[in-house]
Amino acid sequence: MQKITSEALINKACELLENKTVNRVLGWKVGEFAYDITPALFTDCDSLKSDFVFGDFCGANFSKYLVSETRKSDEKVLVFLKPCDTYSFNQLLTENRFNRENVYAIGIPCEGMADISKIKAAVGDGIVGLSSEGDKIIVDTLYDGKQEIDAKSVMAERCAVCKSKKCVAYDELMGEEGEIVDSNRFDEVEKLEKMTEDERYAFWQGELSRCIRCNACRDICPACTCENCVFDNPESSVQNKAISDSFEEKMFHIIRAFHVAGRCTDCGECSRVCPQNIPLHLLNRKFIKDINDFYGEYQAGAEVGNRAPLVDYTLEDLEPGEALERGAEN
Amino acid sequence: MRKCSINDLNSVFEKISQSAVLYIPVDGENGADYKIWEKGVELSNALNTNKSPKNFFFPQSEDLVEFKTEGKDIEVIDIRDSKEDFVVFGVRACDVKSFEVLDRVFLSEPVDSYYADRREHGVIISMACSRPVETCFCQTFDIDATNPLGDIACWKTDDAVYFEAKTEKGQALMDKISDLTSESDDKAVEEQKTKTTEIMKRLPLADLKADKFGAGKTEEFFNDPAWAELSQSCLGCGTCTFVCPTCQCYDIKDYNTGKGVIRYRCWDSCMYSDFTRMAHGNSRNSQLERFRQRFMHKLVYYPENNEGLFSCVGCGRCLSKCPISMNIVKVMKTLGGKNNG
Repeated sequence: MQKITSEALINKACELLENKTVNRVLGWKVGEFAYDITPALFTDCDSLKSDFVFGDFCGANFSKYLVSETRKSDEKVLVFLKPCDTYSFNQLLTENRFNRENVYAIGIPCEGMADISKIKAAVGDGIVGLSSEGDKIIVDTLYDGKQEIDAKSVMAERCAVCKSKKCVAYDELMGEEGEIVDSNRFDEVEKLEKMTEDERYAFWQGELSRCIRCNACRDICPACTCENCVFDNPESSVQNKAISDSFEEKMFHIIRAFHVAGRCTDCGECSRVCPQNIPLHLLNRKFIKDINDFYGEYQAGAEVGNRAPLVDYTLEDLEPGEALERGAEN
Repeated sequence: MRKCSINDLNSVFEKISQSAVLYIPVDGENGADYKIWEKGVELSNALNTNKSPKNFFFPQSEDLVEFKTEGKDIEVIDIRDSKEDFVVFGVRACDVKSFEVLDRVFLSEPVDSYYADRREHGVIISMACSRPVETCFCQTFDIDATNPLGDIACWKTDDAVYFEAKTEKGQALMDKISDLTSESDDKAVEEQKTKTTEIMKRLPLADLKADKFGAGKTEEFFNDPAWAELSQSCLGCGTCTFVCPTCQCYDIKDYNTGKGVIRYRCWDSCMYSDFTRMAHGNSRNSQLERFRQRFMHKLVYYPENNEGLFSCVGCGRCLSKCPISMNIVKVMKTLGGKNNG
């Protein structure tokens, strides 16, 4: 499915290591199976050649890793950013979360990532091999041999409704420059808005009751970069590891969604990593839709230094009462 | 060995649920989880549940005791809710083995009476695997997926379910469903075992060995430079520990109800920054140390204290759930060489 090859990225990374533009590379590392890719730091060309990979399971967004990585050394780190990752990159820069001088960013095109759980649902369990051929994914299974599936049918939800193929931040661009896409990403939100209050309550009750409070959504989120999260801070009085009741669990996710409102770029990492498959991105996307409706179209991370509508007072701003009324209409 | 037709399985469930709460794996939109059986609830064919069955004996959060104060008197109230009889059906061999790992922690002196209550009131009906998947590696820890333990072991074929009591508790339950089952030879079961054993040999992790790990290996592995690389991308979330059937660390806290105090416990994770925080601070301040703790505990410390028993059962949940796809298999292969540990 991906048009740019691992080889092209490895050659570029080796070149930049050799000419000392960078001294290390953030990239995707091969796993045991075709789909269990781990974010990793490479420091030499040999390890890149043996372990670096770029393909349909390289969904991990490296932007947040830059917060800690750029503190380790004044030498530049190379990072490969897919279009959606570049929005997180810009947003983190806007919030002064890492030193831009310490990064060499390469924007790369992305054709959309595959969702392994969709593949498993389509072909069954026991996947022992995976390869891409054009628009097809060839899956080798333990029980039903080789099967061919349409790559689009197993694309991750966030990729199926991709908002932008355009890299908005980079030092160097590889592959073709993409475009901002006319996305239908708010369709799912509209479905929720059309529900009655009781239906919507039941929907979220069902989804959030599965939460095991592992915090993976928070820990992967490029907008969640507090040094010590209030929920981890024993002095905060709200620190809690327990699911003590279902209401409190909802509060955790709703508070988090409010905290990242206006800063969330809709990268979708929260839902990708949730071990319980809770569609957390829908909470954030509802806020994005509301911000667009209330204050005009706004995309977090589109440019460095943008002031989000929620922290940028203008005389034209919607009155809180009107927001409430319009919220009630939805 | 006794059997019932697959069509009569719901009658067996109905019979069991007359005397105890019966939990069975049920398919949801996002995989299988244990649910209370009632008419109309269908058994899942999934290999494993999202959440492990450790929840039945060691729930994620649990009220322990309540304190009420009046003047200078403190009333201590036992509020445990762990006295209900229940049956868990369809537990895989790996998860059954996890109960042994947990038992050694909670049932050794001083016995954890909350856990002990639940163990006493619970009956485990296991289910042999017939379709293991690529993330399975129970063989590494000498667990036979085709021949699970438990109070009763079960084998499900296309047309029948076979039962074999393994304990007195299991036999007592078998007696209750004797009208619905009949004596059978083990031909179909043996056929299934042979077939599944052949599949097990073809699994990608079939050759993974744990030989290099175990008691007495602390010094060999503790300062291995590979921990830095292994842990470098770890997010410090609790996913691996919470989906793990053998992770058993917990935190105890007091909750002020306004009228008194409820003391509860909840799962904790060695991946969390405030894990084992004491008055002096934390004992493990970096993610490398916290990450290392988890795997050293599974592969070295626990075996050291438990006659060599590893506290990983190869269920593979962490392999499919870790947000960065870092897991015990990768750790074993990195520290111990390509095919082992």
